[in-house]
Amino acid sequence: MPKLTLDDLAKIREKTKRLTTIRVGGEYRAKVCVHMGTCGIAAGARTIMNALMKELEEREIHDVLLTNSGCAGLCSREPMATVEVAGQAPVKYVDLTEKKIKEIFEKHVLGGKIVQEYALGIGSEKTDY
Amino acid sequence: MAEMAKEKAYRIHLMVCAGTGCVSNNAFGIKAALEREVKKQGLENEVLIVTTGCNGFCERGPLLVVQPGSIFYQQLTEKDIPHLVEEHFLKGRPVKKLMYTPPKEKTPVPVLSDIDFFKKQVLIALRNRGLIDPEKIDEYIARDGYKAVAKALTEMAPEQVITEIANSGLRGRGGAGFPTGLKWQMVRNAPASNGSLKYLICNGDEGDPGAFMDRSILEADPHSVIEGMVIGARAVGASEGFVYVRNEYPLAIKRMNIAIEQARDYGLLGNNILGTGFDFDIKIVRGAGAFVCGEETALIASVEGRLGEPRTRPPYPAQSGLWEKPTLINNVETWANVPIIIDRGAKWYASIGTLTSKGTKVFSLVGKINNTGLVEVPMGIALREIIYDIGGGIPGGKEFKAVQTGGPSGGCIPKEQLDLPIDYESLTAAGSMMGSGGMVVMDEDTCMVDVARYFLTFTKDESCGKCTPCREGTKAMLDIITRITEGKGTEEDLTLLEDMAHAVKDSSLCGLGKTAPNPVLTTLRYFRNEYEAHIRDRKCPAHVCRQLNVYTIDENRCLTVGKGCDLCRRNCASDAIRGAKNEAHRIVQEKCIKCGVCYDVCNFGAVKVD
Repeated sequence: MPKLTLDDLAKIREKTKRLTTIRVGGEYRAKVCVHMGTCGIAAGARTIMNALMKELEEREIHDVLLTNSGCAGLCSREPMATVEVAGQAPVKYVDLTEKKIKEIFEKHVLGGKIVQEYALGIGSEKTDY
Repeated sequence: MAEMAKEKAYRIHLMVCAGTGCVSNNAFGIKAALEREVKKQGLENEVLIVTTGCNGFCERGPLLVVQPGSIFYQQLTEKDIPHLVEEHFLKGRPVKKLMYTPPKEKTPVPVLSDIDFFKKQVLIALRNRGLIDPEKIDEYIARDGYKAVAKALTEMAPEQVITEIANSGLRGRGGAGFPTGLKWQMVRNAPASNGSLKYLICNGDEGDPGAFMDRSILEADPHSVIEGMVIGARAVGASEGFVYVRNEYPLAIKRMNIAIEQARDYGLLGNNILGTGFDFDIKIVRGAGAFVCGEETALIASVEGRLGEPRTRPPYPAQSGLWEKPTLINNVETWANVPIIIDRGAKWYASIGTLTSKGTKVFSLVGKINNTGLVEVPMGIALREIIYDIGGGIPGGKEFKAVQTGGPSGGCIPKEQLDLPIDYESLTAAGSMMGSGGMVVMDEDTCMVDVARYFLTFTKDESCGKCTPCREGTKAMLDIITRITEGKGTEEDLTLLEDMAHAVKDSSLCGLGKTAPNPVLTTLRYFRNEYEAHIRDRKCPAHVCRQLNVYTIDENRCLTVGKGCDLCRRNCASDAIRGAKNEAHRIVQEKCIKCGVCYDVCNFGAVKVD
């Protein structure tokens, strides 16, 4: 018996490709940005980020880009996150909790449907990179 | 095979450059600091730290590229790391002051692909640079690694593999540019005596001063070389291969060893590769660092355990090489090109480059250049583009004078030929050669006679001594040039030098002697006026050859600007300076040994050199 068959090789390739997609900039179905200014962190943004990491891991999803950015300027409504489904306008969510972000992840990020009741509005501030 | 572990995804990958350049600049210290800070911020489940091979922009090391987004951080110190981790990875605010700002500009360029150094590069041999951990075979496989070997072993006949390589137009990247497909065909056709043994060798004996292409490939992507060799072995029918690497390349040897072990574990080396019944394995042979061992017959002698000396050809190694068996020997970069040619096809490869030189070439760009580093460019690119667009031009606003390609065997190409398109033929026509890809840039402060002397000193020392023209010829040429740099040359010396250069070129046994006169011949061809200045005027125009310099002190400037600071007199080793504090100083020429110390120490520009 050979140690590795052609099928095994293909499996290793597919798996590692998924795990390293972010290095080569593949296609993403959505981008989620958690605002991580001091205000955001104080209000619990880390919990939001951890919840999102857990969602990605448990569902083995590799085509959602998870990033963070600084304070969005609306410190009173933190924690905040911006969801941008490919091809659609970004949506800002405010006053987040772990429960809310899980719902948003399921309905908006995966399902493509904006969760109106948690949303602040459509659009996003510009970043310089 | 081993059971697949649960997939662990990270939202940020930190690609820490761990090529030899960055490692010597504390890359591992940076990596440890990153690990520490990431843990401190509780980000260890979100941020993955990866060590990669050489990123290429060595001038700016230690380097870190943040993915996604390819944010390029440079010249990092351990002190920068806590701030960087907190700001960028925790709070999402990239740190501008650690980014690359082009000279003379004020705004940093955050993204790697927007930086001029990277813009014009085309990566084929270096296709995985900065993207994988060279010590993880799975990451190589994810970049379509070992896909070509599967194709070559299961879908293609050996003859087809050779045809594909021949049609791609790939030529040897070690220097001479022999068509790779033709070489493979010769080895395949060679009648194998006693038990049909044939061998494969990867030539990693990189000896040119300032060259580090092979080392970087071995360090950054060892599996690409292994995969190329398995394909080559299958094509020519070899069952054993050797990677010859200099012992001065410990990191390359370490990573190659790890890669070979991993490939064996996966059954990509050894018996019955991928269940196809094909057997092939690789061993590493460490070379002791003799320049001549880059020559294939000397290298073979060294692998056999004999003194590394060349022999006459024919027979060529393809007919009778290692232990007198047909042997396929290619350079590291050539091997690294093979898998992607098989994977993407000859047509794709042949669409890049010029009529006679296909694909890309890796160069190590060094010397008087702003962006020192490793670059891969398509054949046919102009020298000017490499030096000014990628290399960022000459530091300190100095004038470009010449570029030396091909190492000690190459030649110096002057300013007038800056628009020369790089390929095997054009470089040879200019009196130089492609060589393995060293590119040493020289500015106006370089004396071309001194450059010829430097390279000749190297080849004289490295000449193995087996044949007379090289052994005696390099020494005789060096004697003449040294005489010229000391102001003792005559007009006849130039003719003698030229005659001797041609004689050594024509009659030496191996490539070392055949090419050693190139630096002499090209400097004579393009910079004859500099030789003449040394001989007729007893002057070195660049003031490099100190024996020809005359040092004087502008007494007025010394007194009025420097207030007779006395620094020069106190530093003079030969007691040749007269004067005292608050007085004008002067040099007694008879006592001056022309060491130039007074010139170097004077803070007021009062010491003149002519």
